[in-house]
Amino acid sequence: MLELRALKRLSEPGASPSYGGRLQDSTQFETHAEVAARFPDLHPAFDARAAVVEANRCLNCFDAPCMGACPTHIDVPRFIQKIASGNVTGSAQTILDANVLGASCSRVCPVEVLCEGSCVMHGKHERPIEIGRLQRYAMETFYAAGGTLRLRQRPERPQRVACIGAGPASLACAAELRQQGFQVTVMDKRPLPGGLNTYGVAEYKLRTADSLREAEMVRGLGAEFQVRDVNPESLAEIEREFDAIFLGVGLGAMHRLRIDGGASDAKTDAKTGGMIDALEFIAGYKTGARLTVARRVVVVGAGNTAIDAACAARRLGAEEVTILYRRQRENISAFDFEYEHAVAEGISFLWGTLPVAFTAQGDAITLTCVAMAQDATGAHSPVAGSEFTMECDVVIPAIGQSPLLELLSHAQGVAIEHGRVVIDRATGQTTNPRYFAGGDCVNGGREVVDAVADGKRAALGIAAALSRRVEANVG
Amino acid sequence: MADLTTNFAGGIHCPNPFWLASAPPTNCGEQIMRAFDAGWGGAVWKTIGEPITNVSSRYSSIDWNAQRMMGLNNIELISDRPIEVNLREIAEVKRRYPKHAVIASLMVESKRETWHEMVKRAEGAGADGLELNFGCPHGMSERGMGSAVGQVPEYAQMITEWVKEAARTPVLVKLTPNISDIRIVARAAKRAKADGISAINTINSITGIDLDTFEPRPNVDGKSSHGGYCGPAVKPIALNMVQQVNSDFIDGPPIPMSGIGGIANWRDAAEFILMGCGTVQVCTAAMHYGYRIVEDMIDGLSNWMDEKGFATIEDFRGKSLTRITDWKHLNLNYKIVAQIDEALCIGCQLCHIACWDGAHQCIHLDRVTGPGGAKGPVDGHVEVHAKPHEAGRERIVVTPIPKLDPPRVHVGPYATSLERIPRVDETECVGCNLCSLVCPVDKCITMVERPTGLAPQTWAERTQAVECAPPE
Repeated sequence: MLELRALKRLSEPGASPSYGGRLQDSTQFETHAEVAARFPDLHPAFDARAAVVEANRCLNCFDAPCMGACPTHIDVPRFIQKIASGNVTGSAQTILDANVLGASCSRVCPVEVLCEGSCVMHGKHERPIEIGRLQRYAMETFYAAGGTLRLRQRPERPQRVACIGAGPASLACAAELRQQGFQVTVMDKRPLPGGLNTYGVAEYKLRTADSLREAEMVRGLGAEFQVRDVNPESLAEIEREFDAIFLGVGLGAMHRLRIDGGASDAKTDAKTGGMIDALEFIAGYKTGARLTVARRVVVVGAGNTAIDAACAARRLGAEEVTILYRRQRENISAFDFEYEHAVAEGISFLWGTLPVAFTAQGDAITLTCVAMAQDATGAHSPVAGSEFTMECDVVIPAIGQSPLLELLSHAQGVAIEHGRVVIDRATGQTTNPRYFAGGDCVNGGREVVDAVADGKRAALGIAAALSRRVEANVG
Repeated sequence: MADLTTNFAGGIHCPNPFWLASAPPTNCGEQIMRAFDAGWGGAVWKTIGEPITNVSSRYSSIDWNAQRMMGLNNIELISDRPIEVNLREIAEVKRRYPKHAVIASLMVESKRETWHEMVKRAEGAGADGLELNFGCPHGMSERGMGSAVGQVPEYAQMITEWVKEAARTPVLVKLTPNISDIRIVARAAKRAKADGISAINTINSITGIDLDTFEPRPNVDGKSSHGGYCGPAVKPIALNMVQQVNSDFIDGPPIPMSGIGGIANWRDAAEFILMGCGTVQVCTAAMHYGYRIVEDMIDGLSNWMDEKGFATIEDFRGKSLTRITDWKHLNLNYKIVAQIDEALCIGCQLCHIACWDGAHQCIHLDRVTGPGGAKGPVDGHVEVHAKPHEAGRERIVVTPIPKLDPPRVHVGPYATSLERIPRVDETECVGCNLCSLVCPVDKCITMVERPTGLAPQTWAERTQAVECAPPE
């Protein structure tokens, strides 16, 4: 089992330990073998020979569309040819050169709409190359053999950069900054690094230990990790302490279900029933805090997180899991393959259904819903007199996350539009030149690979800006 | 239904031209009877001679692009069973399968009386013909037999003459390819009045080295030895040597040829027959998949012959021999160019990089795609002789979310967007074929003739016309 030691600040001996939390919180899930067995890999791993066979199907396109479609522009044909030649170490390094979270991306990326979706094999009506599984094969073989990130030959540079948040965007930013020699501190309010990779991805896609290993690789490059809740006061302190700040804070709490009896009802334990938001539900089982769920579960919303939560509820023992969505099948934000996965897991969908009231009686919940109809303009509105009730034991709202407006408002001069930090796309720089940003707080919530791409671009932007500042001072 | 029956080398009759070559699949009578049940027309018995002792291991192979056994290498010697056992089984097989061909492959020490005796015993057992193994490249050659004979035309001629003194059945000489010009030994066989030739035997090879132990394969207690290479990898080499022998008129016209070398299916067989072979011999494919492969060889060849209107093997045997000529007789004024079918192109751009790095820099990635103006989508090149350019690395892209992001707009008349479809500059294209060879889509790149308006002219004709010698 992976061990994360309590870390001390590298630059200031004697400072307080960085990690308050312990990994044992997360390992509790994996120690419950009977429960963990219900979360096997969604896609089985390749064995060595199958990987070579699949790698050899790759045409090795020039200017390959898969590479163009990947937000981190992994050189896909190159890493695949290296699998074919038996150079798995080189394959993994090719992936890591472009994407330091290559292992988790290989498991969580919606490859159907990215690399594999753009594979030229579609053009001749053949199966696309299984790029995601090949990438996973390269990364897992590499890590299993004890592979680590290579640090480039470069001088150490004195400038200090704070990466706020320890999710994929910050990890990618920190890794690239370390590769360029900058001094990096990654800070997060949660005890374990990795952000949603650690706390928010379905266990059958990505295990917590795998997420933590990637953070550990970044730490191995010399990035410092701190558990530090960033608030207005500490932000001012950070501004004084660091030369540049990267905001990889992600999004905040999930939207509450604002219905009668819902918003006012305190979150209660899902073991006994009540209401709990999807991310908390997922983090709960991934950290081993919540290993069972009541019999009847209703998930509200039809995004990818809703489906992760619904599938987890099934695997934790729920007999009936129903997803309520106020609009129709064609309007959902979940990817098609996620929807099909949910159907295969036995999850029912109630389309055009809006919950309007929540009544708890003992352990049981009565949810009052109305049917929604679409008018000629495409707008959905409740149908008068269509109220009906349904009984359940847990309601899991999965209707999106709110932006961290409160925190972001304290970053002076950082413009926010529609709840998103405004950046220059090419450099990640915000309207305050010392602040850079990337990931969900910029894009409103996309994929891990988008956050990694943002983080790396921002690191290059930060490196360029800090180098210019040095030149200006010298001049 | 085509007639596949064959009468080879003046007296070897068999239901079809598919023979198993002298090798492990023809080691004993029980195997050969099963092979005949599966449909094989003939079998050349595993070489009979004084029994030897073999080593283990004996085989190694070359995999290619995750496919097993593109090439096979062996260091097994001739039969390790007593001569009388092999002969007794030949008699048994012929008694049960009188219509199938059983050829005795022979290899004994280079003494006239020994050869005479061996020939009489094999024919006495009922063999329909004899094949003299002058080709085995490993082990036996160190003892003055096999390719040690086949590499010296005088020896080959002498032993063939001894055999002909005693033989009543057709005598085939099996040639080794491990020689500078295979025709030299074929001529020796003709001078000795051999009835036919079998070619080629295996090619000297070392298949590879284990990168963990540094031991070559196949490994015999830490060491290896060169072996004989066969399988699909050697087919082009064999086909060339067969053509050379079958087109050679020195020391007499060509004699019947049993083609060998990488034949794995009916298509390969048809090619060897088009090059003049009367029968074909198979080993590696049968070692890989078993005797059952002959079913499709028979079926496929029959169907193809029916399609082409060939009633018998003789109707097409040797038909392509006249199409092979010296380079100096090829028409210099024949011009073809590559043509890309945009409707089939999948945009892999392998033709582009192959042409750019491996050929003549005439396939360009310089088209642009865009909505264009009133005239419709843009389809044109913007920069001639653009350097190979990997644009994919530069764009900022994000994961599309169905609800938030508009679907990708497709511009242009083809399934693949124009900017990904390469363009051929016909003025620079030399018609080398490379792009059409690398293209993964059938019929996407075709080579089309561009008449030059010039009368056909060969190098021989041109040099004669200007009365100058060709360069050294």
